[in-house]
Amino acid sequence: MHIMEGFLPIEHAVGWTVAAAPFVAYGTWSIKKRVATHPEQRILLGVAAAFSFVLSALKLPSLTGSCSHPTGTGLGGLLFGPAAMAPIGAVVLLFQALLLAHGGLTTLGANVFSMAIVGPIVAYAVFCSARRVNAAMAVAVFLAAALGDLATYVTTAAQLAWAFPDASGGFSASFVKFSGVFALTQIPLAISEGLLTVLIFNALTRFNPDELRALHPSDNAKVRP
Amino acid sequence: MKRMQNMLLVVAVIVLGVAPLWIVEAPSDEAGNQSAMFGGADDKARNLVSEIRPDYQPWFTPLVEPASSEIASMLFALQAALGAGFIGYYLGAARTRERLRNERKTAHESDTSGD
Repeated sequence: MHIMEGFLPIEHAVGWTVAAAPFVAYGTWSIKKRVATHPEQRILLGVAAAFSFVLSALKLPSLTGSCSHPTGTGLGGLLFGPAAMAPIGAVVLLFQALLLAHGGLTTLGANVFSMAIVGPIVAYAVFCSARRVNAAMAVAVFLAAALGDLATYVTTAAQLAWAFPDASGGFSASFVKFSGVFALTQIPLAISEGLLTVLIFNALTRFNPDELRALHPSDNAKVRP
Repeated sequence: MKRMQNMLLVVAVIVLGVAPLWIVEAPSDEAGNQSAMFGGADDKARNLVSEIRPDYQPWFTPLVEPASSEIASMLFALQAALGAGFIGYYLGAARTRERLRNERKTAHESDTSGD
């Protein structure tokens, strides 16, 4: 979903960077605080970061005939709340921008905003709402990760449409075009991401039930399947 | 039960990943030549940008570009390996911890029942 290096006009590139920076700063502070107060959660943070590393490296074919990749940021979002994933996602994106020429430094802010801020926020919100209506844990995790992934790509399409409005149809016509490239391609991949997130979440519930309970105290009675 | 669910999840992901390779037909131009398939969505977006704004010139280029697509796929594999390596370490450590805990528990139980 990465917007390529140089493919946002300079004022957009600067704008998104300024918009993303406070989230990354606050997220870094919140992770530091979390590790200081709950050192046992370090392993879960590591798993969330590693999961994002793996998933965003996998370029999968989709039904639209092009390839794209999942984000893996939903897991951390639903576990820790959206703040923690902003710096973790930024690290993944920086790695890809610097070493792989995938994404870019000038578009880093916009890409962080879609993948490491909007995606986790949506994942967290979906997870909490699904649990509130008593959806099964696996269903809540699946929906959160899949919709968070999809939201990332819709955001990317909107960012590009905003920067490159269609000559006749304006933002909305352009948004439909970019959504056709990103969001449509992403639907099967979002489902894959949802399924893989349930898989890793099953492992976490088996091996780290206490840490999970500590993360979602209000969900106390329900965390154990 | 959980094991069954996990197996089904893995199968579903593989099906979702492989199915497009069969289902999607390569688009062909008027001469009937099939064009390239399964390129990156990022590249499609780039083409769309130059379609909407033909005069747009990227104003910044990547500092370092992988010297070839082989090197690029090596770096992507490296990224996945780093992540998968950590998750594998976590799973191994967690399983061992669980086993030791169970062994300690059974040892403790046989101790007390022996008295």
